[in-house]
Amino acid sequence: MRVSRRIFIRDGVATVTLGLSAPAFLSAIAHAQGVPSRRLVVVYLGGGNDSLNTLVSYQDPAYYSRRPSIAIPAGQVLQVGSDAAGRALGLHPRLGGLLNIFNEGHLALVQRTGYENSSRSHFEAGDIWGTANPQSYTGSGWLGRYLDTLPRPVDALAAWNTTGETPRALLSGTTGVPAIPSASTYTFASPNRGSVAVEERTAAQIMASNPATGRPHLAFVNGTSRGAIETLDRVAQATAYTPTVPYPNNGFALALRTVAGAIAKSIGSRVFWVSTGGYDTHAQQGQGGGGGYANLMSTLGDGLWAFYSDIRNQGLAADTTVIVFSEFGRRISENGSNGTDHGAAGLMMALGGMVRGGLYGTAPSLSPGNPTLENNSGDVHYETDFRSVYARLLDQWLGVNSVPILNGDFRAGAPAIF
Amino acid sequence: MPQLNPEIDHLLRRAGFGAGAADVETFRDMSTAAAVAYLVDYEGRPDDVDARIGRADHAQVTTRDVFTPDIDIEDARQRWLFRMIHTRRPLQEKMALFWHNHFATAYSKLANDSGPLQAAKMLAHKPTTLRGPQGQLEIFRQYALGNFRDLVVQVAMDPATLVWLDGQFNTRTKPQENFGREVMELFTLGVDFYTESDVYAAARVFTGWNLRESVGFSRTDMNSYQEFVYNAGEHETSDKTFSFPVYANGSRTIPARSESAGVQDGIDLITGLAVHPETARRLARKFWNFFVSEIHQPDPAFIDSTAAVYLQSGTEIRPVVRHILNSPWFNDPAIRFARYAWPAEFVTRAIKEVGWQNFSLDKARSPLAAMGQLLFEPPNVGGWPLGAGWFSTGTMLARTNFAATLAANQKENLGAAFEAEGQTPQALFTAMLDRVTAAPFDAIPQQALMSYLLAGSGSWNSAQLTTRAAGLARLLVGSSEYQLV
Repeated sequence: MRVSRRIFIRDGVATVTLGLSAPAFLSAIAHAQGVPSRRLVVVYLGGGNDSLNTLVSYQDPAYYSRRPSIAIPAGQVLQVGSDAAGRALGLHPRLGGLLNIFNEGHLALVQRTGYENSSRSHFEAGDIWGTANPQSYTGSGWLGRYLDTLPRPVDALAAWNTTGETPRALLSGTTGVPAIPSASTYTFASPNRGSVAVEERTAAQIMASNPATGRPHLAFVNGTSRGAIETLDRVAQATAYTPTVPYPNNGFALALRTVAGAIAKSIGSRVFWVSTGGYDTHAQQGQGGGGGYANLMSTLGDGLWAFYSDIRNQGLAADTTVIVFSEFGRRISENGSNGTDHGAAGLMMALGGMVRGGLYGTAPSLSPGNPTLENNSGDVHYETDFRSVYARLLDQWLGVNSVPILNGDFRAGAPAIF
Repeated sequence: MPQLNPEIDHLLRRAGFGAGAADVETFRDMSTAAAVAYLVDYEGRPDDVDARIGRADHAQVTTRDVFTPDIDIEDARQRWLFRMIHTRRPLQEKMALFWHNHFATAYSKLANDSGPLQAAKMLAHKPTTLRGPQGQLEIFRQYALGNFRDLVVQVAMDPATLVWLDGQFNTRTKPQENFGREVMELFTLGVDFYTESDVYAAARVFTGWNLRESVGFSRTDMNSYQEFVYNAGEHETSDKTFSFPVYANGSRTIPARSESAGVQDGIDLITGLAVHPETARRLARKFWNFFVSEIHQPDPAFIDSTAAVYLQSGTEIRPVVRHILNSPWFNDPAIRFARYAWPAEFVTRAIKEVGWQNFSLDKARSPLAAMGQLLFEPPNVGGWPLGAGWFSTGTMLARTNFAATLAANQKENLGAAFEAEGQTPQALFTAMLDRVTAAPFDAIPQQALMSYLLAGSGSWNSAQLTTRAAGLARLLVGSSEYQLV
């Protein structure tokens, strides 16, 4: 079943325990702990990305025979060489920005990531990737458990979610994560002006400080209110940011620009969450490399390229890693509507100044009967456990022991992306 | 202002959108049982709310040119909010909102597919002068307390659903799984009660369920439309076997049928899903969260009795909701304010309580999006993340900032309304709390509110009263206590 956050919170695990201190003090905590030099930006492609059209195995005849309409023509792909199994691969033609990063040696493409008995349900699969637990996916998230390891008191902006809803990956036992979908409207409004408006903000802050003993649901909303009031002023700093490159005018790129602002202004956040949707492409993916999926690829590639260029121009690329994932890949054969249905293993990407770029893992052979496939050869079988990528990020990038966070040792077989 | 008894206040928050001044008049002398009957048996009162759009003593709408809620999504959003605030049938609109979340369908994909005019029409068209079938919201309003099995059939044949879940591409040679999966996972059984092979079988069941364009169809013609058609030549006619009984006799197999009779496959499957005990229990759990509590675990006796009423009534929803609203669980004082308000509930109750004179519902549009509930735009087919999922720092700021927008807009009205009662800060506080209903305030927030009012007591004149009344309304509506219903 789909287990909602409220069950989790009702279990009393996720009581948000932000401090009540003034913003300046929280900022001081961030500095006292040393503004962390390493940040992780997580990009979620919502809906189940059709990985086979993101990174194309363009010499596999079965790719073209099973996708007569939606296959990317071999002549259009942006070639990135061959993987360890000798399969020639190319990026979607609209991912020119990512090709640049690949050619600079800082884009890792991790093929066939997933887990055994891959869920085809958006919600179940999303919770599995969020909790990092395919068996029991109702509790806190893997990044939330990372945040729980940070020294107390934890900075209210230790993590920064650019979407309106807290994703399961960021659900934490002890650390509230602010959601800042639009930094420019992340403000405190009043029907009055001047000193009366200040008095209102003070009153609201005191009201939210009420512990609401015996009413955990009210305490939860109060904690959210406190988190908002405490983070307002520092978020405004990130908003007042002038990037070094133009960003595309769409929600994804604008969220990345806000993230770049927060990094450039040394706000101190260690984890950022960004998402972009539309990947549930059951229909009209587009033919011959164009159409709906191509638009998704433009949004993704152009946004990430602007972000990477901006961060690199400021000398911050070596402190920043971006990972890109989706809840599942899609079926190999196209359906009757120039689309693809829910599938299994997919592609993870990592990029950043310290990322060791290249092709990791091997592409599936799409001929029916091949052992790289599952579900009567309908879907791609996983090769790399997604938790091993998480383990590598935790151990080698964020500098914490991945074993307790992931409830197991998944370091073996992890792609050496750092 | 004398208010309602707490039971009826609670009933109107849960089975409606709260109580404005007119509702207080209507319900003041009713027993709780009579109020339940009034809400549930709404058919005797006219569905006349749309005719009152434009009246000066109602909330306003903003028209960019002509108000065309049947073909313009922004106008449709304003019309729906207007209905929630001013309807004489609050439970009908409340259930329409429930079904909108249950059968979550988003405008943006429809607009991408069919253009903005046709997309708005597919969702919101209320047939009066324009040609074409009623929009999805009108199905939800028509079947608000109707038969669930019939509702699922209507939704399965609804053009908006067909576009949203790609039904129009479901063909004999390449069955399309999107609708077949979601009808089981989200509309009926839930994710634990079907298998992957059921998904493939369900996709085959619905092959041939398709759309037809009206003669001379144009995306930009308001009289053009798309409608359901069963395309017999695209139906896959072999038998389909499921892991659960489809028929009352326990049979799991939908028999092979001729092309011309194949539409019955889908009716049979939906009927089997609707009467499945797990569907009954899943709906009962959803109703527990919607009507009773999101804080307390569902009482097994509630689930059993509610599921039984549903199954015994032949999947009728009206007896189910009547059972719930009259039940001891619903009337337990411990579950008052034990639910997190959906943004649409929060906004409409705030408007009803604070005031709407000269307030345009267009002002609620972008705030609702920032709160995470743009109407006709659920984030995905699973609907909105309910309960605590509504709350994050960003969405909480959007709620408190809407409180500020509303209070600023109503500032002069509030000043005038409390001129007589608000002779002192204490008197204003008491009078405002009579009008703006929130979960009980502990000592800390009470003192913060009083301190705010007393800061103006040195010059408590008419201007100061107006300033502080608006500020108080903003603090109350923006409080955590007000986010609960």
